[in-house]
Amino acid sequence: MLLGRVIGNVVCTMKDASLVGQKLLIVQPLDRKGRDTGRPIVALDSVGAGAGETIYWCRGKEASFPFLPAEPPTEATIVGIVDSVNIPERGL
Amino acid sequence: MLIGRIIGDVVATQKAPSHEGRKILVVQPLNLDGTDRGDPVLALDAVDAGIGERVLITTEGFSAMTAVGRPNSPIDAAVIGVGLFL
Repeated sequence: MLLGRVIGNVVCTMKDASLVGQKLLIVQPLDRKGRDTGRPIVALDSVGAGAGETIYWCRGKEASFPFLPAEPPTEATIVGIVDSVNIPERGL
Repeated sequence: MLIGRIIGDVVATQKAPSHEGRKILVVQPLNLDGTDRGDPVLALDAVDAGIGERVLITTEGFSAMTAVGRPNSPIDAAVIGVGLFL
């Protein structure tokens, strides 16, 4: 999984039937200091995340498992809303 | 699989039910010389590892789910070994 921040959403009217009713969010991946790293991706939401929240997301086929028995065609799904990240950085 | 060092952990109340009861560890992948390799990943803990330890992680879904013991759940990375010596 990777850390990210929700920076927006996508509205799509014509889409795969199994994506109907699912929220599509734009996620900016974050590095260890919480700074933007890499380019944003579009992810499905399985936990009710919203704009501005720090989240973590899952990649690959596993990204469709929160929606079982439906298997929507997603390669990235938000699977948790982050309350806090604890990185002590003691010379690590 | 990759070697890495656990640099922290994440607290999340609202998350996939299959992640309940497992530590969510922030793992910095390492090169063989011990330098950082890319950005950290979040991995569920399958071996009771702790912050600061050098670990072995898998970054593929099936092996991660199997290690954590939660099949068919959204897990794409897990810590599967501690106490690494190269």
